[in-house]
Amino acid sequence: MKRALIAACLLLAPCTAARAERLIVSVSNHRVTVTPNYSGEELVLFGSVEKDAATPADRTAYDLVVTVMGPRADMVTRRKERTFGIWINTDYRQFLQVPTYLALFANRPFDAITSPEVARRQQIGLNNVLLTQRVSGDFGDVVPNDVFRSAFIRLRTQHGLYREDGAAVTFLTPTLFRTGIPLPGEVPIGTYQVEIKLFANGALVTKTETAFEIVKVGFEQFVATSARQNGFGYGLVTATMALLTGWLASIVFRKD
Amino acid sequence: MQLYLPVADIPVNILLVLAMGAAVGFVSGMFGIGGGFLMTPLLIFIGIAPAVAVASVASHIAASSFSGAISYWRRRAIDPALATVLLTGGVTGTALGVWTFTQLRALGQLDLMIALSYVMLLSAVGGLMFWEGLRAMMRTRSGAIPPRRTHYWIHALPLKMRFKRSKIYLSVIPIVVVGLVIGFIGAIMGIGGAFILVPVMIYMLRVPTSTVIGTSMILTLVTMLFATMLHAVTNHLVDAVLALILMIGGVTGAQFGARAGQKIRGEQLRLLLGFLILCVGIRFAIELVIRPEDLFTIRETGVSG
Repeated sequence: MKRALIAACLLLAPCTAARAERLIVSVSNHRVTVTPNYSGEELVLFGSVEKDAATPADRTAYDLVVTVMGPRADMVTRRKERTFGIWINTDYRQFLQVPTYLALFANRPFDAITSPEVARRQQIGLNNVLLTQRVSGDFGDVVPNDVFRSAFIRLRTQHGLYREDGAAVTFLTPTLFRTGIPLPGEVPIGTYQVEIKLFANGALVTKTETAFEIVKVGFEQFVATSARQNGFGYGLVTATMALLTGWLASIVFRKD
Repeated sequence: MQLYLPVADIPVNILLVLAMGAAVGFVSGMFGIGGGFLMTPLLIFIGIAPAVAVASVASHIAASSFSGAISYWRRRAIDPALATVLLTGGVTGTALGVWTFTQLRALGQLDLMIALSYVMLLSAVGGLMFWEGLRAMMRTRSGAIPPRRTHYWIHALPLKMRFKRSKIYLSVIPIVVVGLVIGFIGAIMGIGGAFILVPVMIYMLRVPTSTVIGTSMILTLVTMLFATMLHAVTNHLVDAVLALILMIGGVTGAQFGARAGQKIRGEQLRLLLGFLILCVGIRFAIELVIRPEDLFTIRETGVSG
């Protein structure tokens, strides 16, 4: 008992010394299952700001930025150009290990929360999130108004996979907050990281992380994994299914 | 009613897909074709990735051609020898087609190639059929007898073989080539190819109408089964759930289509089919020529973690 208490004190000591606030958060569902009738869902993130003795008394207004990142993947963005009268893919850019789902939520517009410099460092807003590209053998992000980068974000946004909303986080009391995390129908499967950053007077006060996962279960899971991992058996089953359906139809609809 | 497709990774309305399967099945039963050239574009239109559409439609065509082939087999309307020779070409062509499909996908030009082949093939075949149907209708109206050429350069080729059930004596070279071409374009475009194969067999190879449809169905069946297998093994793009819904809708629709088809005269049927094929071709052409709504596209190249 005593030892545990000391250990707890040791663990908490550096935190409490450095930061005056603590964030406690929870997601409504840590395991979202994709079932046959799945067509999108909305998770809810709840949390509260815990103050302690070290909190400056004049600190009352907080700002909160929630970043949700889906599993990472390599993607290619291609641009069509008119060649010989028809539109064909010509130029392309590779995006390396970028999040397949990305949502940025705050309680007020991002530029009102903090300075552009802090926003860039903390990757606040879709324009400031790091999206690594391969540019002729080199790796790095480009300026926010790069055509491929903005097209990439625009297309992901159209599919509901990238989003930013400067009004999605609501403070129910000065310290209690909630936000919805909308997940579209074509949501990528995998682990999602949620990062919650607390700002006061434009400066980062503290941050915390949580996670949830999206999994296919039962039949969906079975079909998807066998298609990927056991292509031969899967093809064989599909082919047999085709033959069986055709055979059944010829019996059911036999005219004589 | 929403249903989540496990491989295509999108939710679709099950009734919509079922209705699409039935509608295409109706058309395919009416004209005695697989209907892949209608099914694949429709699937692309409702938002399924072209690659997944092509791969999944292959198994759907296999199902409908198998149910057709069974009834033709019972009526002894299939020439086994001719089917075997066609298949040697067909299987090779399919393997080449799937390999090309994989290469094009890696280059990012698959969607363009699918669209381009649709435009060229469908407008050519559709235009020819439409024209031929019109001429045949005018001929029957004026009562003239169509001129019939008795000898072709094809009949001068070596390696001749006797096909008993079809009662023809023909070189195997053009038959293998036809099988090869049909297998190749079938694997790339997600079509069975019956709408090209049947006219070619009748007009160029002089296969009698009694065995032509049944035999072409065997080619379609085997190449499409083979294509399903290859697409599943190499590209992992076959959506079995989507395929099953399409099959159920397709085989049901085909029965009603076949009955409707018997009530329409041959030339009118060909005219109608030619028109339909031409329309799909033009639809693809328009898409290529007009400025796309969005010049940019995204594709995932590899998932990790």
